[in-house]
Amino acid sequence: MQKFTQINSLVAPLDRANVDTDAIIPKQFLKSIKRSGFGPNAFDEWRYLDHGEPGMDNSKRKINPDFVLNQPRYQGASILLTRENFGCGSSREHAPWALEDYGFRAIIAPSYADIFYNNCFKNGMLPIVLSAEIVDALFKAVDGSVGYQLIIDLEKQTVITPDGNVYGFEVDAFRKHCLLNGLDDIGLTLQQMDAIKAFEVKHKAAQPWLFN
Amino acid sequence: MTAKTLYDKLFDSHVVREENGTALLYIDRHLVHEVTSPQAFEGLRLAGRKPWRVSTIVATADHNTPTDHWDMGLDGITDPVARLQIETLDTNIREFGAKAYFPFMDARQGIVHVIGPEQGATLPGMTVVCGDSHTSTHGAFGALAHGIGTSEVEHVLATQCLVQKKSKTMQVLVDGKLGNGVTAKDLALAIIGKTGTAGGNGYAIEFAGSAIRALSMEGRMTLCNMAIEAGARAGLIAVDDTTTEYLKDRPYAPDASQWDAAVAYWQTLKSDNGAKFDANVVICAENIQPQVTWGTSPEMVVGIDGRVPDPEKESDLTKRSGMKRALQYMGLQANTPINQISIDKVFIGSCTNSRIEDLRAAANIAKGKHIASNVKLALVVPGSGLVKAQAEQEGLDRIFIEAGFEWREPGCSMCLAMNADRLEAGERCASTSNRNFEGRQGQGGRTHLVSPEMAVAAAIAGHFVDVRGLF
Repeated sequence: MQKFTQINSLVAPLDRANVDTDAIIPKQFLKSIKRSGFGPNAFDEWRYLDHGEPGMDNSKRKINPDFVLNQPRYQGASILLTRENFGCGSSREHAPWALEDYGFRAIIAPSYADIFYNNCFKNGMLPIVLSAEIVDALFKAVDGSVGYQLIIDLEKQTVITPDGNVYGFEVDAFRKHCLLNGLDDIGLTLQQMDAIKAFEVKHKAAQPWLFN
Repeated sequence: MTAKTLYDKLFDSHVVREENGTALLYIDRHLVHEVTSPQAFEGLRLAGRKPWRVSTIVATADHNTPTDHWDMGLDGITDPVARLQIETLDTNIREFGAKAYFPFMDARQGIVHVIGPEQGATLPGMTVVCGDSHTSTHGAFGALAHGIGTSEVEHVLATQCLVQKKSKTMQVLVDGKLGNGVTAKDLALAIIGKTGTAGGNGYAIEFAGSAIRALSMEGRMTLCNMAIEAGARAGLIAVDDTTTEYLKDRPYAPDASQWDAAVAYWQTLKSDNGAKFDANVVICAENIQPQVTWGTSPEMVVGIDGRVPDPEKESDLTKRSGMKRALQYMGLQANTPINQISIDKVFIGSCTNSRIEDLRAAANIAKGKHIASNVKLALVVPGSGLVKAQAEQEGLDRIFIEAGFEWREPGCSMCLAMNADRLEAGERCASTSNRNFEGRQGQGGRTHLVSPEMAVAAAIAGHFVDVRGLF
């Protein structure tokens, strides 16, 4: 997993609440057996004017000029600013895969759906929760200033605006540790092999039918 | 001793170790399907790892499988990418193993959340995970069950554990009696209408109260299935006689030698008197009408005698813009009476509403009637091969076919439209599934979520109609 320490990047605004994972990556792209290459189909139904299918040459498709991420001023953004309950619906990890492959490393929103939030951390992406008021202020600032950038510092748990405002955010200590160091948590869990085996002995004694 | 919630009991009994509020949680049952597992198996392969405990794995193909032309076998899957994914699951299970595998066209194949309980592979007291958000379904059995992403699928395969923080707990208390023609689906939608789709974020919801106790296991599964649409990863219902009676003699349930001990333990799986929840919601069952969603989120829902709401009356600006966008997508005008909305297609199926009880209730409305001339397609897709066989034994297939419905093979089908069953742009569907998101049932398709009874009533009338008038 790639590390996340600090980024200084352009911000792209997606001004919608309840953006679901079907919108982030439509179902037809879930047929892939790979975990890469979903970026060109992130937000496919909003981003293009035609119907997308796996295997199409996306560079030849007609883009939707009205969709905010298609605007020239937001190209190259690696921070996505959005509204509450982002990533609701399906547990598909293809959603963070698509966002990461598109180029996003961090998301800022007032809230996320639980499974999506969890999935982000497994892919080197940082979902940041800021209050609805701060998010609202950031939307206005992004809209009012072409090239608006934010600095996100995971170590210090801060988002810094161009005019020097510093917003702190919460992140679970274990997840922060894994992100900062790019750690594969399967490897970490397997260090607990003896504890897992000991638990199984106790668990089997209590509920033997679970081990049939 | 402190009074504990059911969630606390289930969580605490599976903690391998805990540090700074982060627990390593042991997983008893891992349900696997073709869409969210290939990358996880590939991860194991690349790291040279093996599954920790193969006997916890139950696998099936459901999301991509076609619901017709089974006589052609794999050749009936016209999409080569879908076929490869189904074949990849075959390959992976052959290589890594499973306790039970129900491949495409097996007599017991079906939607993973239908076959788990049907086989007795979901048991009270278990932790159950699957790379699918509707894993919350299994909480109906007093199991701690939730959806996970593919990285976690790999983590569970490799370690039999998940790294978890404890959720907050919410009790949704539903007392009273649901009216005739009002179902668990209506109850689920009414709860989501009240809490909102984000209301359960960060929570495990326990459903309790006399209306919940009165539900069959099928109804409880429908309700817990929709917990995720309220934002809660897990839904829970305490164990009672309804639970144990359902499980008795199922293939993977404890046999006679273990049954009594298991039941004695399962009976402890309820929240203690005086247990404190972090949030409480109270619903009166009598007040619930048959529900119909009008927008692009399950919280956008009203009773059948309601109207499409007016965004101009919403004071929250983010909500108002969401409502406007939803009405535009849905092709609806504010203030339109729900019973004047005409439909093009009907879908009866999905992990929410494809069990035998759902099909019986739907057939009861369809019997001796015929779908309206404006309804282009009405699909009935049983949740599993065994549900299909049972329905056919009871003659339900004949009732549906004579009423103009198509009787299909089991699978997820048009709930998420990964296979060939889908809506075309602009088509409006009465659907017993769980999500009405933009494009969910096909790009540009317009989904209205309803109960099976309401879906059949709409199919017959050609527009939404109060099913309570048809009894």
